[in-house]
Amino acid sequence: MAEARRAPLSDTLWRRPRLLLALLITPPLLWLGIVYLGALFALLAQSFFSIDEFSGLISYELTLKTYAELLRASNLDILLRTIAMASAVTVSAAVVAFPIAYYAARYARGRWKAVFYLGAMLPLWSSYLVKVYSWKLILAKEGVLNWLFETLHLAWVLEAYLAIPVIGGNSLSVSWTGTFLVFLYVWLPFMILPIQASLERVPPSMLEASGDLGARPGQTLRYVILPLALPGIIAGSIFTFSLTMGDYIVPQIVGTSARMIGQAVYQFQGTAGNIPLAAAFAVVPIVVMGVYLTLAKSAGAFDEL
Amino acid sequence: MTAAISFKGLSRHFGDVRAVDSVDLEIGAGEFFVLLGPSGSGKTTCLRLIAGFERPTAGRIWIFGEDATAAPPYRRPVNTVFQDYALFPHLNVRDNVAYGLMVRGDAKAARRKSADEALALVALDGFGDRKPSELSGGQRQRVALARALVMQPKVLLLDEPLGALDLKLREQMQGELKTLQRQLGIAFVFVTHDQGEALSMGDRVAVFDKGRIQQVGSPEDVYDRPETPFVADFVGASNVLSADMVHDLVGRNAPASLRPEAIRIGFGPLAGVVHARAFLGSATRIEVDCDGQKLKVLIPKGGEVPQMGDSVTLGWSEGALHIMDSANG
Repeated sequence: MAEARRAPLSDTLWRRPRLLLALLITPPLLWLGIVYLGALFALLAQSFFSIDEFSGLISYELTLKTYAELLRASNLDILLRTIAMASAVTVSAAVVAFPIAYYAARYARGRWKAVFYLGAMLPLWSSYLVKVYSWKLILAKEGVLNWLFETLHLAWVLEAYLAIPVIGGNSLSVSWTGTFLVFLYVWLPFMILPIQASLERVPPSMLEASGDLGARPGQTLRYVILPLALPGIIAGSIFTFSLTMGDYIVPQIVGTSARMIGQAVYQFQGTAGNIPLAAAFAVVPIVVMGVYLTLAKSAGAFDEL
Repeated sequence: MTAAISFKGLSRHFGDVRAVDSVDLEIGAGEFFVLLGPSGSGKTTCLRLIAGFERPTAGRIWIFGEDATAAPPYRRPVNTVFQDYALFPHLNVRDNVAYGLMVRGDAKAARRKSADEALALVALDGFGDRKPSELSGGQRQRVALARALVMQPKVLLLDEPLGALDLKLREQMQGELKTLQRQLGIAFVFVTHDQGEALSMGDRVAVFDKGRIQQVGSPEDVYDRPETPFVADFVGASNVLSADMVHDLVGRNAPASLRPEAIRIGFGPLAGVVHARAFLGSATRIEVDCDGQKLKVLIPKGGEVPQMGDSVTLGWSEGALHIMDSANG
């Protein structure tokens, strides 16, 4: 009892767990509520204003005019291009990440597990800009990839590929394929780790049970492993999809001159001073993610969480 | 008649560890066969070798006369009830049971009917639409059983299926499994570390130790006539008398097993001091120190129990002392 008098705060908090909870949760709630959601709503509000075309001043009257502007052909192109890119990056990342995650979850033990985490995380440690510029060098006409194709006498394959409209171009570093590859590289860890985490929770006996009941390995993959890994794939796809949609640096450095949403936001709020349109552009990824998650939920992707 | 399962020189080594060490075994069709042993004795690895989850390091396996040594699990006519049940959490109970039929390509209506029949067989009618997470441990156990039985296997493998259940449920399931096995007439291969379970359920029991089979026989054989000191000690915790002591008693130079319940206090060839006592409910177990050899004695309720430190004389009826001539351990 003498001990108790020396720690009155601990005692009080132990007796009143709700007070402790309130103390713990208030700072993060304030952060989330004011800094994060507040900024988001400020942005959302901006998108309902419009810009006066003659004076260039923002008129603070609520209107849907700015959103109508989003649907103008040139702006709609940006939206569709970005969504297409984000979808392609997400699907490819899932396909590339799955075998890596599967190996790490099922076979890697001890030291190899450490090697895996290091390998998956290492790209995240270096500066994002450095990585993107390195890729520009790799993909450039004088770059290592071109050199490799030439050395292997396969330059014609690369040329034939670059001749394909839309995805091709003068060189990989100024093509959509280049943008795609860099996106795939920089966001891949965000797909690998959640899939690995979800596969880690599938006990080996479940796969044995499937085989025991007559399922060939391909059937086990389709009917047991994929459904159980789905929450991880969805989690990973939320990262890759939203990161690709909002990014403005990768398409700026690698790829064609056609813009993506991130670049449009950057230009409209900076050089053009059209904050309402920039805000409207920024709302699109949020809406797309909302729709995506709703669809995933109704498809039962989160039933096992 | 062809044996259901037949092992010839079967081994499975994990690095330096000989989990299963050149085992020969025959399991008859329609037999309730128990693999009994302490953990790490190789009994579960044996079961996994039959199922095909492990590849043997050496030796061969035949299933109904067909060489199955290199057959993958999905080509073997056996099904397994897993220790952790391994039910698919994303499927409801009916789809779990119908899983094997689904991958085989049965029509939806047919597999629904078969699954519901299998659920009825394990007294789970009407549970088809629930998720495994909504069931109790005993119910999940039954689903796992139905899921294996719906495939109409020739051999059902059970890997310590009752280990996670409480005592009462376990005893009930022991009875039900035994009845089910008789009813279906297929071979059950049942892994357990519980000697009581092994003796009460098995037609025959194989006792494992360190990757080798110590003895195969009927429950009466392994209990009354253990062939090695390990079997005597593991099955029913018998007293194992040293060869020297047996030599002094009956003039033969081999260890012998003497069941605690066969020993009578009062008159006999051995004398010692009581140095431990434990009340077990239906009986009291005392331990008597006879010149360094400690003997357990079981005194049924109502019998006179000596006090700690008492000097007692121990005897037994003829035939209770089982001499282990073939002992190799």
